[in-house]
Amino acid sequence: MIRFLFRRLMWFVVTMTVVMSVSFFLMKNVKGGPFDTERALEPAIEANIQARYHLDWPLWKQFLHYTGPFNLDERGLGGTQEKVLGGVLSGDFGPSFRYRDFTVNDIIGQALPISALLGVVSMMWALALGVSTGIASALRRGSGVDLALRLAATGGIALPNFVIAGFLIIIFVFMIPLLPVAGWGSIKEMLLPGFCLGLVYAAYLARLTRTGMLEALSQDHIRTAQAKGLSPRTVVLRHALKGGLLPVVSYLGPATAGILTGSLVIERIFFIPGLGSHFVNSASNRDYTLAMGVTILYTVLVYSMNTVVDLAYTLLDPRIDLAEEA
Amino acid sequence: MSTADPKRFDLDDATAERLLREAQEHKGISLWQDAGRRLRRNRPSWYAMVFLIGFGLLSFLAPLLPLRSPVRSNLDITLHAPTLDGGDGNYLAALDPDADSALVARQIEKDYWELSSLDHGLISLRRMIFGSWQTGHWLGTDHLGRDLLSRIVWGSRTSILVSLAAALCSLVIGVFYGAFSGLVGGRIDNLMMRTVDILYSIPFIFVVIFLITLIGDYRQVLEEEWGLDREKVFYLVIGAVFWLTMARVVRGQVLSLKHAEFVQAARVMGASTFHILCKHIVPNVLSIVIVYLTLTIPAVMLFEAFLSFLGLGVEPPRVSWGLIAVDGTSAINPLRIHWWVVIFPALAMGCTLLALNVLGDGLRDALDPKMRGKD
Repeated sequence: MIRFLFRRLMWFVVTMTVVMSVSFFLMKNVKGGPFDTERALEPAIEANIQARYHLDWPLWKQFLHYTGPFNLDERGLGGTQEKVLGGVLSGDFGPSFRYRDFTVNDIIGQALPISALLGVVSMMWALALGVSTGIASALRRGSGVDLALRLAATGGIALPNFVIAGFLIIIFVFMIPLLPVAGWGSIKEMLLPGFCLGLVYAAYLARLTRTGMLEALSQDHIRTAQAKGLSPRTVVLRHALKGGLLPVVSYLGPATAGILTGSLVIERIFFIPGLGSHFVNSASNRDYTLAMGVTILYTVLVYSMNTVVDLAYTLLDPRIDLAEEA
Repeated sequence: MSTADPKRFDLDDATAERLLREAQEHKGISLWQDAGRRLRRNRPSWYAMVFLIGFGLLSFLAPLLPLRSPVRSNLDITLHAPTLDGGDGNYLAALDPDADSALVARQIEKDYWELSSLDHGLISLRRMIFGSWQTGHWLGTDHLGRDLLSRIVWGSRTSILVSLAAALCSLVIGVFYGAFSGLVGGRIDNLMMRTVDILYSIPFIFVVIFLITLIGDYRQVLEEEWGLDREKVFYLVIGAVFWLTMARVVRGQVLSLKHAEFVQAARVMGASTFHILCKHIVPNVLSIVIVYLTLTIPAVMLFEAFLSFLGLGVEPPRVSWGLIAVDGTSAINPLRIHWWVVIFPALAMGCTLLALNVLGDGLRDALDPKMRGKD
């Protein structure tokens, strides 16, 4: 276990180094920056801006300043030492290039809870819908219910989520006015975006659950349990489900990653001020520090989710040895 | 049986000849024949394939069909509901049949975009067959009064092209990477696969968006020096994202094939390396590659729609399904529900993606019967 975590940590360091340096140097090599305007700026103003964002430093120094963990400007290590730590490694993503009075941390601090909540709601939708329909179609294998559910699942995979969102808005907002069309805050406002975001993953989870349950139900210990005269409910819920959900657990990592990135679209449709909409705006605004900050944050999230999922997998299935993979 | 009769194998010449002849006449069923038969027996997949081939032809022959211009807007009939009117004779009506070709070309450029010479040929063929007749607004019009039917058919070309090109791009990278890694083995293999693992844990959509916006600044350079327009960059970028799974799958297959018994058997029987490669390795790898290809194409189509939604995809005047779907969803408003702008693009896209998914699953079952019923 410790060995596994250590190895993961090592690869995490490598991954982050790659992500950070590639995006940093790409960003620095691009023509045109966030401060380009229609008119040429006065040289003095330009010099000021350059100094403010340390654009006048040599590239390696900018990179070290960005990554941290030490602050390299006049308040940092070599200067007054007011603020010794700085940079990404100390959790500081620097100032936003576009929102002049905000740091990237401010913006992420505002938007991350919203996106996280949206992610949790849609994950709940996905799990509730996916697992229950998966079990239902495994138990009624070959029946009309099974066929209908599988068709619905394939349909859920085959449409982009903004189209599904469009349908649902027409139905549940305009035709049957039950839910608000946009906004964020109340539970009612979370239902629809969460559903749209979770639907694709519900479809995948349903397929995985169905396969897993079918395999689990065909095993010997299930027959033994049935022979002992246990009720079907106990057999399914206590004995089959544990084995049947293994593939589901392994899919949770990619599903989380997908939900996080899928929120780019859903947040735009429902006007939710989350991290996704900030990212898209920052990329087109050339607010590089914000875009990089969000990318790094998501990389960390996805990576740690994958690790957690792998750990959970071993808890559920002791036959898997972590030391072998990783 | 153990006490073998020594005379048992003493065949007279006639019998031996007959047996030899029979053995020669006997044709083994190849992997592909077998797979084809299984695929035909799997009704949904077969229909999906027929549908896809039909749709592919339709979209390839789009210039030949008497459709309206997918680009020309008509603000008098914005968001016009679908009608079954027979159509009219207004197509390129301003031009008489023997107008000079430069004029026609200019007009066509206005009604479409830069088309290949093949498409120009198809359009002139269409003008010969249908004259200036064009369809009515059978599927309605969008918010700029453009004909939805024509947009969907023309959009399918872009979407299919993008997904095919990007899938092929991912195929080339993935197969070479995976095969090399599997064949070389050892440390290099380990390093290459760890690299893939690292790339896997990067949220690629962010990187792609980042890249595409960055590339926006270099468009002129790319176009002039490398001949890459935005669409080609698009294929490359998407292909560069989707190769990871392919590389893993191919490597796994190559590894298991390298030591497979039938490969060793072939080697013992004196088959040359080239023969083994062509007859055993490539077909076995190919089957799994084809399966992943059919499953990559829908993923790329969705990705294209996703990028179009964010305004980073195909640019007008060209159309793609993603763009049409985005136009549709943005036309939703509480006052009047223009259902056709949402339903029809979604239907076209949904059917195609559904067919591709079904075909992919069916192909996997057909080519790898052990995987049947597994997801």
